[in-house]
Amino acid sequence: MIFARVASEAIDPAEVLARVGSDRDGATLLFLGVVRDHADDRPVSGMRYDAYEEMAGEVLSTIAEEAAQRLGTDRVAVVHRFGELAIGEVSVAIAVSSPHRAEAYEASRYVIEQLKERLPVWKKEHYVDGVSEWVEGTVPPGTASGAEAAAVGRGGDA
Amino acid sequence: MSLPVRTLFFAAYRDRLGLSELTVELADGATVADLVAELRGRGSPFDILPERPAVAVNRTYAMLDERLGAGDEVAFIPPVAGG
Repeated sequence: MIFARVASEAIDPAEVLARVGSDRDGATLLFLGVVRDHADDRPVSGMRYDAYEEMAGEVLSTIAEEAAQRLGTDRVAVVHRFGELAIGEVSVAIAVSSPHRAEAYEASRYVIEQLKERLPVWKKEHYVDGVSEWVEGTVPPGTASGAEAAAVGRGGDA
Repeated sequence: MSLPVRTLFFAAYRDRLGLSELTVELADGATVADLVAELRGRGSPFDILPERPAVAVNRTYAMLDERLGAGDEVAFIPPVAGG
């Protein structure tokens, strides 16, 4: 069953993994996006994720459905977190399963690349030096684009 | 006739406007472009909004020529960065 959710609670990878897999599947993949302790060479102490929660849930469901079509099974589960996250915490978990590995790898990759392009979620890095900045993002497809959009999005609140 | 539209601001926009939500009255037949012009025309701080922002109307990404209806929810979407 396809499962997609945007939530503020900590993600349990085992719970996401348990949503996929069947006797017909020879390949099960779990991808975790994790908050790391640096951005380029700058030490990072944590990350805050903001979400347009209602829309993000809908977009994530659409992405999961598209991935399932590529996968050829309905065994796709994805959870994206928002709120304040510490180093090492899971921001996104993607589990897929299919009879063979090629489709599983492709579908897992599809979910993460697509959500980075169009999920209405933003992240603000907290640096060890006390400054926080919104991470530079991507203008979603299907919207008016322009240099000024990217420029304002980059504005941090140092 | 006036057309009340619920506008939402997220992330960098919300920080820089000091505002997450605002109801704006527009003329009948107004488009997203009219909403952007109305807000930017108010000057600071709304002039930080781009002339051609990414928006979602009722939770679907939309272009500037999209017609708005009473009670529509228009979200200004800064460049996204999930994952």
